[in-house]
Amino acid sequence: MSEKPSGMAEQILAFCEELRSEGVAIGTSEIQDALRALEIVPWHSPVDFKEALATTVAKSPKDREVFDLVFDRHFFRATEEAALEYAPEGGEGRKAALSEDVRDELGMEALAEAIRQAIADGDESAMNELARLAIEAFGRQGESSGVVGVDMQRIRRGLGLSPSADTSAEGESEGAPLDRDQIARFERQLRRELQRQQIQKQGQLPPARPLSDLNRSLPMRGAQDLAAVHKAVAQMKRRLATLGHDPRGAKRGRTVDVRRTMRSSLETGGVPLNLKYRPRRPRKPEIYVLCDVSTSVSSASTFFLSVLHALHDSFRKLRSFVFIERISEVTQVFEDERDFTAIAEKITATGGVADISGYTDYGRVWNEFYSDVSADLGPRSTVIVLGDARTNGRPPAEDAFARVAERANRTFWLNPEPELYWNYGDSVMSAYTPFCDGAFECWKTEHLEQFVDVVASGKVETTGSTTRKYTSGHRY
Amino acid sequence: MAATPQSVPESPAEVADALRDAAYLADDSTALIAFLAQRLGKPVLVEGPAGVGKTELAKALSRSTGRELVRLQCYEGLDEAKALYEWNYRKQLLQIQATASAQDETSDPVGMGEIFTAEFLLERPLMKAIASPDPVVLLIDEIDKTDQEFEAMLLELLSDFQITIPEMGQISANTHPIVLLTSNNSRELTEALKRRCLYLWLDYPTREREIEIIRLHAPEIDQALAARLVDVVDMVRELDLKKPPSIAEAIDWARTLILMGADDIDEKVFRESLSIIIKHRTDLDLVAEKIVPRLGGGNGSTNGSGASNGTS
Repeated sequence: MSEKPSGMAEQILAFCEELRSEGVAIGTSEIQDALRALEIVPWHSPVDFKEALATTVAKSPKDREVFDLVFDRHFFRATEEAALEYAPEGGEGRKAALSEDVRDELGMEALAEAIRQAIADGDESAMNELARLAIEAFGRQGESSGVVGVDMQRIRRGLGLSPSADTSAEGESEGAPLDRDQIARFERQLRRELQRQQIQKQGQLPPARPLSDLNRSLPMRGAQDLAAVHKAVAQMKRRLATLGHDPRGAKRGRTVDVRRTMRSSLETGGVPLNLKYRPRRPRKPEIYVLCDVSTSVSSASTFFLSVLHALHDSFRKLRSFVFIERISEVTQVFEDERDFTAIAEKITATGGVADISGYTDYGRVWNEFYSDVSADLGPRSTVIVLGDARTNGRPPAEDAFARVAERANRTFWLNPEPELYWNYGDSVMSAYTPFCDGAFECWKTEHLEQFVDVVASGKVETTGSTTRKYTSGHRY
Repeated sequence: MAATPQSVPESPAEVADALRDAAYLADDSTALIAFLAQRLGKPVLVEGPAGVGKTELAKALSRSTGRELVRLQCYEGLDEAKALYEWNYRKQLLQIQATASAQDETSDPVGMGEIFTAEFLLERPLMKAIASPDPVVLLIDEIDKTDQEFEAMLLELLSDFQITIPEMGQISANTHPIVLLTSNNSRELTEALKRRCLYLWLDYPTREREIEIIRLHAPEIDQALAARLVDVVDMVRELDLKKPPSIAEAIDWARTLILMGADDIDEKVFRESLSIIIKHRTDLDLVAEKIVPRLGGGNGSTNGSGASNGTS
């Protein structure tokens, strides 16, 4: 078994700490797993090391994406730091490690060919070596500019690496044409080596940049937020599922569960004294979510979309709509697509909800919703509106909304604005609240949890009195 | 192969070789994680699109390690009576009556201990995996199909490899099973479950690996045709399909092509055998529209032979 280098645990901890700061949730037990895993993999192989770490701490494709970025950044910096510390005379040690004699023999042609081969094989460590050789070769030709990006372009052109298959060199080599991804991998190596040399030259590290500068496909404030929304929605699911469930006549029409009756009869010597009934399946609510995606709520709409996304994970009978001037059903988009960013893109691309002006028209939305969908609304339906009730001076059509609310069992309104701002300007919140079972401000995940709590307390039926803290109730 | 159910591999490469012998070509991370799973004794959560070989990995692990495969297929509404254990109440009832008549009508009723023993327990897959005298490979397939309550029930099993039966107490595993959970990512699994597992994301294999896989399972196919096939399948996967072709379907297609005696995939062959990889009406239309024109007739030389095949 390989001996752990000193400070390994600290290094891993620091790395995990960095991952956490980027929004990946890592438990202590997972760090322990990582350390145990690293004890048994050959840690000197970079690929095994990385994969073993990844499998224990990054548990979703999204986490893995962040992991890869942070891994490269963290360990690149860590090794450079160590190199600066232990080898003050600069890059000599590293260069000597390279095969001195091979380096001179290797002509440009052969180098390009070797690189092509390594890229085709996907051999990371060979690529790394060759990247160093390429940099040296170009350095000898006196072409180093000192700017990483410029040097990289030069070397790439010098080697004739391009993803298209029509370069002359490509035709001669018997291997398959290289695709863009493979070349990108080599470029990553190249970039890293160039950075490394620059650091050695200057003798110090460039300042650490937070990952948000890099391209991260996460909405708003990181994955933690999305997870929090999911958590709140998960609670909501359980509560909505049991709520609105009519307790009257609960005993009527129950069926005896023969298996469980027989089982329990054994305690009484085989005589079925206690009848066991099949549990009544909790009625599954049908949920209709209407989400405003206009510009006035643009900051909140990402949040709302993530709420929708989470809801879709939890409810099977869920229909979602987005609206600005018109309303459009997007249930299918959520069913086809799993990835949040893809959903957001598709909805903005294909929603078709904006008309000429791009301003929200609640009146029109209610009328459309009433005429198109309300026939499906019934005593099981819960309607949840996510919007700011700013009509841009257009008629609010509260009568249409009232009809919708009347058909549905329950209607809730989540407003992304603090309650203080309701009914100021063009907000017509008070026109709608009388018809809602509850209206809530909702611009943080905590609010979503509060909403769940209030809904769960089962007191929403009597809006004005018991839940005044969260609802606007009736205003006189 | 010398692997016995008890032996533990020494290196990821050893696992990769064993899997290869079991007709499964694992990439580096898959082999590494399979190795870690055996060494650390931790369950592995395998996620990825449908048809990349998640279930096959478990089968291959079972073959390569010589362990029995115990499979639990999850579905909505699966409960512990079907997954864990159940009391065989018929047998218990008979037992009670038998003892009651033997003892005549007098004295004590039947002691509860007598009918709540292992003898009256019906083992379901999870219980079977735990109680088995030989180590097994436990496959919990499509865990995302169940509800969160079931996930919570699994936690005890996954972290401690034990099951608590109220009437009997805890039953701990005699041997350490290799546990694989697969998920098609149709919903987010709970953090608690993920925390207990190693995580493996399986994606469609690289071009080279897929060619290798196809040649492994359809050895009669020649290299050029296999490469062409994989390219076409890749093209199809890039479309926005309801159900992109899986690896298994690509293999089926390769076998079909061999039976058809095709030596290139031109428009005619493609149209005839399309239904092997495309199984949705709307997908068929999309593929016909987007892929068929791009096929042309393959490259120059093979096109000639393909055309002559067509006419002869």
